[in-house]
Amino acid sequence: MTAVLAEPVHPRPGSPRSAFRNLVAVEAKLLVREVVPLLWGVGFPMILLAVMGAFSHGPDKSLGGFSLVASYEPILIAFTCSTFALQGLPTVLAGYRERGILRRLNATPVGAGRLLGAQLTVNLSVTLIVTLGILIVGAAAFGVPLPRQPAGFIVALVLTAAAMLTLGLLVASLARTGRVAGAVGTMLFLPLMFFAGLWLPQATMPAALRRVGDDTPLGAAVAALQHSMAGQWPSASGLATLAGYTVAFGVLAWRLFRWE
Amino acid sequence: MTTTRTPPLEITNLRKRYGRKVAVDDLSLRVNEGEIFGILGPNGAGKTTTVECAEGLRHPDGGTVRVFGIDPYRDRAEARQLVGVQLQESQLPDKITVAEAVSLYASFYPRHADTEALIARLGLTEKRNARYRKLSGGQKQRLSIALALVGSPRLVVFDELTTGLDPAARRQSWKLVEELRDDGVTVLLVTHYADEAERLCDRVALIQAGRLAACGRPDELISRSTAVLPSGIHATLDDAIVALTTGEAR
Repeated sequence: MTAVLAEPVHPRPGSPRSAFRNLVAVEAKLLVREVVPLLWGVGFPMILLAVMGAFSHGPDKSLGGFSLVASYEPILIAFTCSTFALQGLPTVLAGYRERGILRRLNATPVGAGRLLGAQLTVNLSVTLIVTLGILIVGAAAFGVPLPRQPAGFIVALVLTAAAMLTLGLLVASLARTGRVAGAVGTMLFLPLMFFAGLWLPQATMPAALRRVGDDTPLGAAVAALQHSMAGQWPSASGLATLAGYTVAFGVLAWRLFRWE
Repeated sequence: MTTTRTPPLEITNLRKRYGRKVAVDDLSLRVNEGEIFGILGPNGAGKTTTVECAEGLRHPDGGTVRVFGIDPYRDRAEARQLVGVQLQESQLPDKITVAEAVSLYASFYPRHADTEALIARLGLTEKRNARYRKLSGGQKQRLSIALALVGSPRLVVFDELTTGLDPAARRQSWKLVEELRDDGVTVLLVTHYADEAERLCDRVALIQAGRLAACGRPDELISRSTAVLPSGIHATLDDAIVALTTGEAR
């Protein structure tokens, strides 16, 4: 009767790899169960895409020769990416630390490091899926061409996600609670999205503002995505800016992150 | 009792400080295989720090800690296969279900228990698809016990197992601890309830201000303290603790 507690040894051996797979699967399920962040990170960019598509009337000189919807696609990709990286990831991780979940995992053979990896994997995957959705819907419904320089686009997208996710980790390192992490993430999100051109596309910004924007992570990200969609290789300085932010945020997060 | 095998836990001259505050000061104790060993003491005495060193969550400033002969901090992966823990104030994500949590934790251990049988044993079958947030305090506690046991550990550490539970749930937990011992699992029970320790533990360590104040069988500690208690009183472990930790027994 009581043997259940001590003796039962399951014949199927678990391995660290399957532990990681299970962590990814569980974190993905938990993400899907949070309706509000999902609406914000997936629903909102899709709705905005539809609105921009409906108001788009072919190439526009004031938008650098792009149609309205085409000029907004990179902005919406940056939007999705930073929603999950700056609001989703830090809220979850700081909340896990606050509630002793990271500490509990560190008392298992697997350790909380793998949970960090699982969170990054899940948030990166969602970003990539929504990006794909934006590109497909944009092409099918509104005639926006798929990226003409796909390799450059992938490099720009990966660097954008890396810069935002490492910034998210940094927020998770500094914030004591999940609630504070969410608030800090939102406070960063708004100015970063301003330079991405959410309210004022980069082509319509005054030159001085645009120069400042080029040095911000999402300003550089949107320019790089825009160029690669139009068929050019993203500028080296833009990619270097993104890589530099990734390294800086990553190193700081690495040094400051606490498990408890 | 075999004494030749490496003990589940052996702590020698453990020291740990946080900044200038000394949490554990030159503490030594040994837990024998198959016993329920209690660590008893007031809040802030260093109980949790001691077991955190045993769990490999903290690095001692001095002294040695060995779990089945293994250094739990240096050889974490190996030690953690053998030790199941229930931590004080540790929760789970709000929206994870009971079954998801148990099978996730099962996948962390090469030799893990049958998850459904474990869920049933802890009376959580009806709640297997319930989310963590919807569970009662007692159910959350039983789930955390399930997670401590799912890796088929040889040593289980319970930190404040019954704090916040109602009397019925406390008794249920006690029964479970005794069943674990009957199965040959060694149990380290951290508590500040003397009645719990008296009822369950084969041996008890009293910790006071980071030091070992006394260690022995509950009845031994009681008889040691009766010398200083007024005659005619039926002494309990509670009385013994007061006597032994305030130095009145010396």
